[in-house]
Amino acid sequence: MNWANALIQGILLGGLYALFACGLSLLFGVVRVVNLAHGDFAVLAAYLALVVINTTHVPALLTFIVVAPLFALFGYALQRLIIQKSLEVSPLTTLLVTFGLSVVIQNVLLVAFSADSHSFDLGSLTSASVRVSGQLSVGYVSVLIFLTAVVVLVGLQLFLSRTAMGRAIRASADDQEASSIAGVNTRHVFGIAAALAFATVALAGLALGAYSSFDPTAGPPRLIFAFEAVIIGGVGSLWGTLAGGIILGIAQAIGAQIDPSGGVLAGHLVFLAVLALRPQGLIRARLVG
Amino acid sequence: MRVTRSRRSARWGLVGAAVIVIVLATFPYIVYADITDLLVNAFILLVLASMWNLLAGYCGLISVGQQAFIGVGAYTVLVLAQNGINPFLGVPVAVIMSAAISVPVSYLVFRLRAEYFAIGTWVVAEVLFLILIRFRSLGGGTGTGLPGLALIDPTFRQALTYWAALAVAAAALLTTYLLLSSRMGLDLTAIRDNELAARSVGVRVTMAQRLVYVVSAGGCGAAGAILIISQLNVLASAVFSVSWSAKMIFIALIGGLGSIEGPIVGTAVYTIIQQALAQFGAWYLILLGAVAVVVAMYLPRGIWGVIGTRLHLQIFPTGYWLHR
Repeated sequence: MNWANALIQGILLGGLYALFACGLSLLFGVVRVVNLAHGDFAVLAAYLALVVINTTHVPALLTFIVVAPLFALFGYALQRLIIQKSLEVSPLTTLLVTFGLSVVIQNVLLVAFSADSHSFDLGSLTSASVRVSGQLSVGYVSVLIFLTAVVVLVGLQLFLSRTAMGRAIRASADDQEASSIAGVNTRHVFGIAAALAFATVALAGLALGAYSSFDPTAGPPRLIFAFEAVIIGGVGSLWGTLAGGIILGIAQAIGAQIDPSGGVLAGHLVFLAVLALRPQGLIRARLVG
Repeated sequence: MRVTRSRRSARWGLVGAAVIVIVLATFPYIVYADITDLLVNAFILLVLASMWNLLAGYCGLISVGQQAFIGVGAYTVLVLAQNGINPFLGVPVAVIMSAAISVPVSYLVFRLRAEYFAIGTWVVAEVLFLILIRFRSLGGGTGTGLPGLALIDPTFRQALTYWAALAVAAAALLTTYLLLSSRMGLDLTAIRDNELAARSVGVRVTMAQRLVYVVSAGGCGAAGAILIISQLNVLASAVFSVSWSAKMIFIALIGGLGSIEGPIVGTAVYTIIQQALAQFGAWYLILLGAVAVVVAMYLPRGIWGVIGTRLHLQIFPTGYWLHR
């Protein structure tokens, strides 16, 4: 029964990783930028939510109403002011710039909030769970995060395939010059893509705060997990990202079941195995990228 | 018209470099130990930044996982010392070990496109870290001391450490110079300037990149070996820390990518900033990160890029001159 439990926990954990991964995947698929500060931005969102909770006393789960739009604006500004500029210097410059931002964010959080770890007070929700069968039960929070991930992925997919802006984003991702000639303001479009990506980063940060505790250095491991989910699933495929997140989650949960300290290592090894045996990932790219 | 490998001023540059190394070698006799200790750290950083510069400045490979080989180098020396081999003799073994491990690793991480290569190398470093802390005999996650040096007189040990660090730094710069002056160097410079164009004129880009990756791993292994010898203990989370990558990137970027002189300038600047500001803790790192962002965006060729171009100066000439 422990194994079945690990499997279910792993699948639900995969939802959290997929939520982390979709912003990374979107920004890379459209703007061709790997944001090395991705995890740190999510942690920043979690701290922002903490400030919102402490000043307005709204329930933790509702902070996304404030944090996600703020992060969308922030993402747009960051894309227009910093990322676009460094892309024009060279694609590798974006890696250096986002790595520098990662160092800055971690240490600003350290100065502002100390190295103590924090978590959201979810009240009775923290321990509430659904009983699946005799000894199997899953926490509401995990299920909620998984459903959020699915909703976000479906929403992104629909937005990119059905709306005019989605078409413009896909066109700009395919061929920036051709899109400009056809009258698309690609810089604005990249800004919108970054805004979307950062809104999902905010949700991922809130999910992190609801799922576990976090501290200023919690970002980099989240970046690595998100990246592994993207590669396992297949670069550019949003459904692949969900599949990749779930596989990573299962690998970590089963690994931890075998050896309590072996979860993360098991996840990394599965990632390396996929890289060695199926470098294109499980699902070939279709929509973006 | 004739083409020469170097011009007279550049030959003097090499002679000057040799003189500087000889002068530096006398330091344990003429300066206090705190200065040689400072220089040991600077030499370690110089080696790391030079190796990172080879990867990023010449091959367009941005790695944030070179700490993997710092760790391999440090732990190689530790394992040898635990088996009775003098840590100083372990340094060359650490180089070979790191280079050997980097060969299979390169086949894995080279499958990732340039942008994702960075995180792929990072995962490899994490995997090595998570595997090494499982060995209780190597100190696990809490670290362990380096045996084998307790019987040596501390002053002499410090001097030996200093000379070893100086030798490794000089060897790293010489290797870089020889590599870039060779035929392979021509390929690498072509890749630096335009990878696609280099590929189209027949440069074997992947092979050149793999060679540099292996050389870079060996250099980082040597740095790791010197690190454990200078600290006399090893903590896995410290040697495998991604903050090493942050330092390498900062130094190479500030000094100037794509030149041998850049990391030397960068190491000097970094060491001065560190001495002046380290007591401010997190604020100092915030400043470093912000400076890295600004330099990457507005000064992509770094301090040496500006000075060297303006003064037409090359201390380590790897190109050719055309004379009338």
